[in-house]
Formats: sequence, structure tokens, C-alpha cells
Amino acid sequence: MNYWPSLSGGLLIGLSAALLLLLNGRIAGISGIVGRLAQGAQVPANAAFVIGLLAGPVLFAIAFGRWPQVTIVASLPAILIAGLLVGFGTRMGSGCTSGHGILGLARFSRRSIAATAIFLVAGIAAATLMRLVG
Amino acid sequence: MTQPLPRLFVALVAGALFGFGLALSGMLDPARVIGFLDIGSGHWDPSLAFVLGGALAVALGAMALVRRMKRPVLDDHFHIPPPGQIDRRLILGSALFGLGWGMAGFCPGPAIAALSMGFLPVVLFVAAMLAGMTIHDRFVAVGAVRR
Repeated sequence: MNYWPSLSGGLLIGLSAALLLLLNGRIAGISGIVGRLAQGAQVPANAAFVIGLLAGPVLFAIAFGRWPQVTIVASLPAILIAGLLVGFGTRMGSGCTSGHGILGLARFSRRSIAATAIFLVAGIAAATLMRLVG
Repeated sequence: MTQPLPRLFVALVAGALFGFGLALSGMLDPARVIGFLDIGSGHWDPSLAFVLGGALAVALGAMALVRRMKRPVLDDHFHIPPPGQIDRRLILGSALFGLGWGMAGFCPGPAIAALSMGFLPVVLFVAAMLAGMTIHDRFVAVGAVRR
């Protein structure tokens, strides 16, 4: 397995977070950005970020001449339940993989370290269960 | 000291970098996210750790700079959440999020980015995710969103 694309992609995600933080003073937490947008808060900046995010795979396709791989594993009912859990959980827990897992860990935030440990363990449990049951 | 237009441009560029980075990293693919989380499958895929490690390395550098700056370049203060308690909401919310993440292999960033490729399951996931966010913000914690 070649891990250079994953590492390079991670560095670009970090660069994105660094730009947003150092220039705009904002945390690149996707659930926060999307949640605020859905609530009608700071619409222009949050919409601009989401438009950029949507353009990302298109730019990848232009650069590499192929679309990124997307393999849907879960059934449709599981997709819907998972979506509800992810939406509800990230709002209740004030963050997701980006806000807690990248920015929060980089700030040594106790809350984010706890959140990241919890969603990793829960994610491992759910993925394991899905394999055993499905 | 507000500069709306440059800030919009920065947000757009940061979003595009984030989305491109996700695409390059392979993390738009739920199968690879689940391949990381399913540690007992017999064919564990460590890619997600490289993505998180790379992103964290740059973010740690950025945070070191933040500590030396009085304010961000384009705003009058940093919008960084203050330290808080590890409370029930954080624990329960993170656990629910993790369960959904492991079930479908999508978290918010990759799900939104992958929308532009037009797969119906991704559209349904994002619709359910927005419904989940709305249910929380409307009925569970009204006005809890950080401005």
C-alpha cells in the first residue's frame, strides 16, 4: 500500500486549517461550519468554505483525470441512520473529525482529546459490529 | 478591523484545499475509512492515521504561530472556543457521532465534499445529517450554536 497520497492529502487539510486559522481566526471544523450555515449564521464565509469544499473533488478530477474513489459500503437504511447520528452527535459534541480531531488536538484541548478518543472507540465498535452483523 | 472580501476569498481557498486534500488522501471513500476503523477485519488499512498525522503536524505548527500573534491577519481576534469541562453532552454527542461514522464510513467533511460527485447515497447521508443537526439545534439545545 502506498501511503504518500494519504500523507500529502493530510498535509493539505492541515494547510487549509492553518490558513483559515491564521488569516481569518476561524477553526476549520466542518460540522461547525455546516451547522452554522444551516442556522443562517455567518452565511457568506461559511458558504464560501462549503463551495470550496464541494469544488475539491472536481479540482482533483481536473488534476488527475479521474474522480476520487467512493465505495458505498452501508445499506440505505444504515446510511440514513448513520447520517442522523453524525448530524445530531457532532452538534451535541460540538465537533467532528476536523474540529476536535485536528484543530482540537493541535490546541491540546482536553475536551477535544476526550471527544476524539470517544468517537474513535465508538467508530471502531460500530465498524466491527457492522462487519459481524452485516 | 474587518475585511469581509479577503476573508471570503480565504474561506473559499481553504475549503477547496480541504476538499482537494480529502480527495487526494483517499478519505472520500467510506470503504477506506471503515477499513481503518474495523481493526479486527484481518486487512486493516492505516491510511486514515497518515491523513490525521499529516494534518495534525501542520495544525500544530499553525497553533505555535497563533500563540505568538495578537490577532489573525484579517480579523480583530481569534474565534477559538475557550477551555471547558468534559461534560455529558460532549461524551454522548461524540459517542453518537462515532457510531454513525463507523456505520457508514462518512464524517461531515468527506460527505459534503463527495456531494459534488452526485451519488444518491451520499446525498441521502447529507440530508439525514442536516436533519440530525437541525433536530439537535431546534429541539435539544436551542441557540447552542457558537457564533
